[in-house]
Amino acid sequence: MTMIFGVPLAVFMGQLLLGLINGAFYALLSLGLAVIFGLLKIVNFAHGAQYMLGAFAALLGFRYLGINYWVALLLVPLVVGALGMLIERLLLRRIAHLDHLYGLLLTFGLALIFEGALVNFFGVSGASYPIPPALQGGVNLGFMFLPIYRGWVLVAALAVCLFTWFMIERTRLGAYLRAGTENPALMQAFGVNVPLLITLTYGFGVALAAFAGVLAAPLYPVSPTMGSSLLIVVFAVVVIGGMGSILGAVLTGLAMGLIEGLTKVYYPEAANTVIFLVMILVLLLRPAGLFGKEA
Amino acid sequence: MTQLAENLELEGAGYRDHDGAEMLRVSDLHAFYGESHILHGVDLDVKRGELVTLLGRNGAGRSTTLKAIMSLVGRRTGSIVINGTETLAMKPHRIPRLGVGYCPEERGIFASLDVEENLLLPPTVRSGGMSLDEIYEMFPNLYERRRSQGTRLSGGEQQMLAMARILRTGARLLLLDEITEGLAPVIVQALGEVLIKLKARGMTIVLVEQNFRFAAPLADRHFVMEHGRIVEEISAAELPGRRDHLNQLLGV
Repeated sequence: MTMIFGVPLAVFMGQLLLGLINGAFYALLSLGLAVIFGLLKIVNFAHGAQYMLGAFAALLGFRYLGINYWVALLLVPLVVGALGMLIERLLLRRIAHLDHLYGLLLTFGLALIFEGALVNFFGVSGASYPIPPALQGGVNLGFMFLPIYRGWVLVAALAVCLFTWFMIERTRLGAYLRAGTENPALMQAFGVNVPLLITLTYGFGVALAAFAGVLAAPLYPVSPTMGSSLLIVVFAVVVIGGMGSILGAVLTGLAMGLIEGLTKVYYPEAANTVIFLVMILVLLLRPAGLFGKEA
Repeated sequence: MTQLAENLELEGAGYRDHDGAEMLRVSDLHAFYGESHILHGVDLDVKRGELVTLLGRNGAGRSTTLKAIMSLVGRRTGSIVINGTETLAMKPHRIPRLGVGYCPEERGIFASLDVEENLLLPPTVRSGGMSLDEIYEMFPNLYERRRSQGTRLSGGEQQMLAMARILRTGARLLLLDEITEGLAPVIVQALGEVLIKLKARGMTIVLVEQNFRFAAPLADRHFVMEHGRIVEEISAAELPGRRDHLNQLLGV
């Protein structure tokens, strides 16, 4: 049997794949966080809860309305994104002129409310969401066995990241977003409806989180607390990557997933802390993050 | 996508110039940043096609007057009529759609956009703006550097870019804040030529200027500001006889 540093190849590749998939979720979530932070300057503590709402909406839609996975993948981000826009319009906008810490507190409070409400109805044990029939089973790649759904998650997450990158870096709307991130007042003076841009941006970031939630539903137990544990890691990823760049958020997300996976192979005890160790190192050496611009 | 971008921009059609009429009338304008009261009753008027300057020492309120017109200050009272429309209660993003272009003192070039993206950024506010080709003809340097990051340009090129991007939008009233500040004489001269061309195209221009020698030959009228109000209005014809008085006001 082929061995890599004393570990069977199949085990090694399997952990690498798990790491990549975790990384894809980190990438999707940190991307949304970075986009929201860029324009609103708010650290969106509700991001994990919005991811969880995405998974729950898919689960409940399937159970009670018979909405299948593919429809949910399109519909849930729209619905949860719309909820995000409502939150921005009714709550965040009212405190936009205050210190950004209030935004952090508000979104943290919202996250607790969403989680608490769902725990009250569904408990914390979590439910499972079936893998859609078309994506069941797996393929033997020779060196490892690849469950098709996991491969799909990777492809879908990367495609959405690429789409987001294209939207922000190559379209007119994206140029508004980048310019608005730098100098919103001047954008108003050019005639751009910046409040609307802010609402759309928040909605988009939240929709990204909800999309990740739907992707995650067949992989992990769907429970009200599934987002909060993930979010802490995602914050570390954002800190490592730096708030500045879209590509940076995606690459850092994937890289951190891989590092986590590798650590699981060689030193499982540290798997849960390795990202935070990297974060400390990055903060010491490059406080603005790997891809961030020095202030 | 384009549709969405357009929704962010525009419902500002139906715009007409009032021939021979006032392009801008500011009456008893007070402006505040938080608790500090910056403008204390500014009155001025600009006719269509005119070029006027706002002169005065640092802190006299000239830049704040332009910002107040664009609704970029905290609170305003009084009246600002642009091309026949009272704008005091308007949302800030609606004001440019009356055909106003603003070039801020700090230039406001976006670092995350390249030169051409900077040029294409401000939404069209009405038809009749210059095309990209015309702009590149007027500012050949910008064409050569169109793929550079906006803030990598020299100071003079950044100033050209800040001017050029509001010419594309079809704005007919230009508010230009200290466009010659810190630039080499040859570039200042080039900017002067640009202003002459814009005036020939019928643009109305309000120029906040420190460099009086630059502004004097271009302007139809000069407004002198002190302590947040207009203290003197001098037409181009009166200028030779009142030069000493003006120098005294400006402290040169």
